[in-house]
Amino acid sequence: MSTTTTELLKGAAELFPDEVVTQAHVRHLDLPAGAGRFALITLDNGFDHTKPTTFGPGSLANLNAAIDQVEKEAAEGTIVGVGITGKPFIFAVGADLKGVEILKRHEDALAIGKGGHDVFKRLAGLAVPTFAYYNGAAMGGGVEVGLHCAYRTVSKALPAFSLPEVFLGLVPGWGGCTLLPNLIGADRAVSVIIENSLNQNKQLKGKQVFELGIADALFEGADFLEQSLVWTASVLNGTVKVERPEIDRGEGWDAAVARGLAIADSKVHGAAPAAYRALEIVAAAKDGDLQKGFDAEDKALADLIMGGELRSGIYAFNLVQKRGKRPAGAPDKNLARPVTKVGVVGAGLMASQLALLFLRRLEVPVVLTDIDQERVDKGVSYVHGEIDKLLLKGRVNQDKANRLKALVTGVLDKAEGFADADFIIEAVFEEIGVKQQVFAEVEAVAPAHAILATNTSSLSVTEMASKLKHPERVVGFHFFNPVAILPLLEIVRGEQTDDASLATAFGVAKKLKKTAVLVKDAPAFVVNRILTRFMGEIQNVIDEGTPVPVAEKAVEPLGLPMSPLVLLELVGPAIGLHVSETLNRAFPDRFTVSPNLKAVVEAGKRGFYVYDSGKPELDPEVAALLTQGDSVLTEEQVRARVLDAVAQEIGLMLDEGVVAEAQDVDLCLITGAGWPFHLGGITPYLDREGVSERVNGKRFLEQGLASVPA
Amino acid sequence: MPRTVRDVVFVDGVRTPFGKAGPKGIYHETRADDLIVKAIRELLRRNPALDPAKIDEVAVAATTQIGDQGLTIGRTAGILAGLPQSVPGYSIDRMCAGALTAVTTTAGSIAFGAYDAVIAGGVEHMGRHPMGEGVDPNPRFVSEKLVDESALFMGMTAENLHDRYPSITKQRADEYAVRSQEKAAKAYANGKIQQDLVPISVRRTNEEAGETGWGLATQDEPMRPGTTLENLSGLKTPFRTHGRVTAGNAAGLNDGATASIIASEDFARENGLPVKMRLVSYSFAGVEPEVMGYGPIPATEKALAQAGLSISDIGLFEINEAFAVQVLAFLEHYGIADDDARVNQYGGAIAFGHPLASSGVRLMTQLARQFEEQPEVRYGLTTMCVGFGMGATVIWENPHHKDAGGDK
Repeated sequence: MSTTTTELLKGAAELFPDEVVTQAHVRHLDLPAGAGRFALITLDNGFDHTKPTTFGPGSLANLNAAIDQVEKEAAEGTIVGVGITGKPFIFAVGADLKGVEILKRHEDALAIGKGGHDVFKRLAGLAVPTFAYYNGAAMGGGVEVGLHCAYRTVSKALPAFSLPEVFLGLVPGWGGCTLLPNLIGADRAVSVIIENSLNQNKQLKGKQVFELGIADALFEGADFLEQSLVWTASVLNGTVKVERPEIDRGEGWDAAVARGLAIADSKVHGAAPAAYRALEIVAAAKDGDLQKGFDAEDKALADLIMGGELRSGIYAFNLVQKRGKRPAGAPDKNLARPVTKVGVVGAGLMASQLALLFLRRLEVPVVLTDIDQERVDKGVSYVHGEIDKLLLKGRVNQDKANRLKALVTGVLDKAEGFADADFIIEAVFEEIGVKQQVFAEVEAVAPAHAILATNTSSLSVTEMASKLKHPERVVGFHFFNPVAILPLLEIVRGEQTDDASLATAFGVAKKLKKTAVLVKDAPAFVVNRILTRFMGEIQNVIDEGTPVPVAEKAVEPLGLPMSPLVLLELVGPAIGLHVSETLNRAFPDRFTVSPNLKAVVEAGKRGFYVYDSGKPELDPEVAALLTQGDSVLTEEQVRARVLDAVAQEIGLMLDEGVVAEAQDVDLCLITGAGWPFHLGGITPYLDREGVSERVNGKRFLEQGLASVPA
Repeated sequence: MPRTVRDVVFVDGVRTPFGKAGPKGIYHETRADDLIVKAIRELLRRNPALDPAKIDEVAVAATTQIGDQGLTIGRTAGILAGLPQSVPGYSIDRMCAGALTAVTTTAGSIAFGAYDAVIAGGVEHMGRHPMGEGVDPNPRFVSEKLVDESALFMGMTAENLHDRYPSITKQRADEYAVRSQEKAAKAYANGKIQQDLVPISVRRTNEEAGETGWGLATQDEPMRPGTTLENLSGLKTPFRTHGRVTAGNAAGLNDGATASIIASEDFARENGLPVKMRLVSYSFAGVEPEVMGYGPIPATEKALAQAGLSISDIGLFEINEAFAVQVLAFLEHYGIADDDARVNQYGGAIAFGHPLASSGVRLMTQLARQFEEQPEVRYGLTTMCVGFGMGATVIWENPHHKDAGGDK
């Protein structure tokens, strides 16, 4: 068996010459308490913790060779046990995604799954007991290699433990789907494999890994490996008996799978296959037939690796992890000026939220101004209240709370507040004349170097700056609601914005821990423009005669976080209307103003649905307001029209240079609108479904980027 | 304010296995602070009756207090070991007698009433911090001939001690060294040493040093069981041509850490902690720096005088074997035979190693075990020589002795 595994991995390694290869060092030691000679395998890629250990085919081959060695020693009786652990701070973080991205053929994808299984399961077949010591970050295949061992310990200091495969578009396919439910029961396994994964890839800490029953013992980080080995000696000596609770292999198992399906439906609405494939395997694992489960994992892995959702998932993951941290087109960060005091014009809710964010992340003085003392006081007291909440939750201690509260002040007189501010952001009424007036007042009192930032969502930054003496220091700084949660920050470069101001804006964005994307000064920038076009097209078909439920259901297969009309409700129909009017003025040929939406807004309705039955139903009062035509489309026709419109709009935006590349559009939609990973934002999906080709005559992304390489 | 001097006891002591300093040593890739931290944690695990919040001080000695032995290691080690932040700590330096001084200094404070219970220990990673690292001796030492130039080189001071005691030949020193290795091997075989060792995980990335990956240190690396006189006779005398001091009859360059719990006797009893030794007296003495190995003799004179004891009252000796000659000089001074059974029953630093500032607590831990085994012995002493011409001696009473605690 070993030979074929070796050949399999050799073939796979040839496809992936750039692999960062993990070594599997075998070292022998004498266990405490005279428990005998022990072989400890250390997984280590030779880099420090900033480059976590991963498994590619070369790495698996190294582990396989290490197992060859200990297998022989175990058979000869020269060792009493085998352990596996990681380099400092890292156990192993799973398969090397780069090695997955390059795969072109189903058989190669199958080889990766089988290769991992073949190596890992040998651990369970050794003639001596096996132990995994989760010393640090463990994800995916890292978690799984430990699941193949007989016993596990985990460090209290372990910061991150997960099976993130479903989040990316895969299944835990090196034993995870099969072994985990058989170890801790289906319900807990569903929490790890499905629930955490689909909950923004939530990570477990060491203590939780122990409490879930994944690890048999929990030790503090300071002497984790020593205590794990002492414990190992006790297990081997028989002085410690490992007892695990009986798992429910009856109705509880089925109920867990059903719960998993409900979670998957609520998160991806059937639009991405990974969670469902994982649940099929978890369901089948009920009979405890491991090999059957491993075979099913191989098959699922290969199918998913060759599918578009995984490729989109990896693409999206890389966008957020890499492009999101090194924004395309941002100027040299050395040009950035220090920001030691922030001014906020306006003390309303948005302004107060911004003040809180700047305060927490920059920890510099933040001064709010408004037109009367009452509003100023209200803004400051809002911030103080939020700090108190953080204090109650233990997110900040009393000293930090005191510090933050002392840093936020409010004044009526801009000259007093902004004379030494380096960065001043306005969040006043969305009206160009008002904003120009505010900036003129600020410019009169602020230092010459101060950045003037605007949180406008639809007005022209260039026009806002046009009447200033120094328009080069104006930048757009467009946050998304809720400001504390959505990562996206669209940084808008006006026509006269200079590099130093822009670099300062990017520097501030990084400190705010936001995903900054550089955007040209174009109507509604990126997210709002695409969403408005998308919603506009839905509204158009409704106005033309398609029933509301048909229009809504038409886009369900995309698996968006919420339906279009629910989103409009969240944004507020009046704001939606306002943005559509703005875009209608800019692009009257493509953006319409829906008379029905206008009617809804004029009637003072805040939404389209009532929730009396527990499910959203069209509000009869809204239904009565609607005037529809007689052109009734099918769901498919609606979907095609909507996607065509989105593809056209993105194509035009790229032609206009609103952002550097299609990747930026996707990054914006993922981080600003919560559009799902399995769509890769949207352009990978439009490419995959042939929409881009149909509308624009070309793909947005080259083949192989967010898709199977040619 | 009336004040009562309180009795001070040695509650428990542990140490890491000692390693050989240098690129092939077991601790080459292990931090010094991790060694002391793990020793402290083991001590607390072994003594669950001691509430960590009741520890009043963490005194940690290191000779070279820079890098991972710097930053007030007594304080940082406490935090790293997971002690409550309310427990303070500080660093101590008296070179080889660092841990011994950590014990006596805190013991004095306990007797005075400032503390109830402390952790005292030491660490020296001579691989990461070679002897002499960063030193900057005042030029007046030489220009004004305040000390002989050999004073800074411990091997040379040992040769000087041979000069002072012409009867202590290289042959005698080698014979002593062979016995030290034999006694250490026997103590290991009988499980005397391992019971107070803390296993330490050790990482190795350099393939030339052996198997790579994580391993576990569970025994002293420097030991050379089976050493014979023949083995030793051919060794070089690096400190003087035709000299007497060799790598075989001296302690090596080593890495390791020790830690102990020292408490007032009342506190120990009230908290159900073991009482392994009762402190009788301690003393330090200075001698000419160029014969620093002579130091234990005047230090012991003073300690005996304070205690009102004579050398014949001492039933067990733990003498640090920096050099065989230094032990032999002590024995010769007191008319004790080279192979007296009361002396270093488990062997000494020639076999186990001598990570400078950590060794004092090793002596105490071993003496405490001997007290347990030999309740007929009432008094024992731990003594060591110290660089730049000093000696340090602590006299202990065996609480297992029938007259313990009574009049002398």
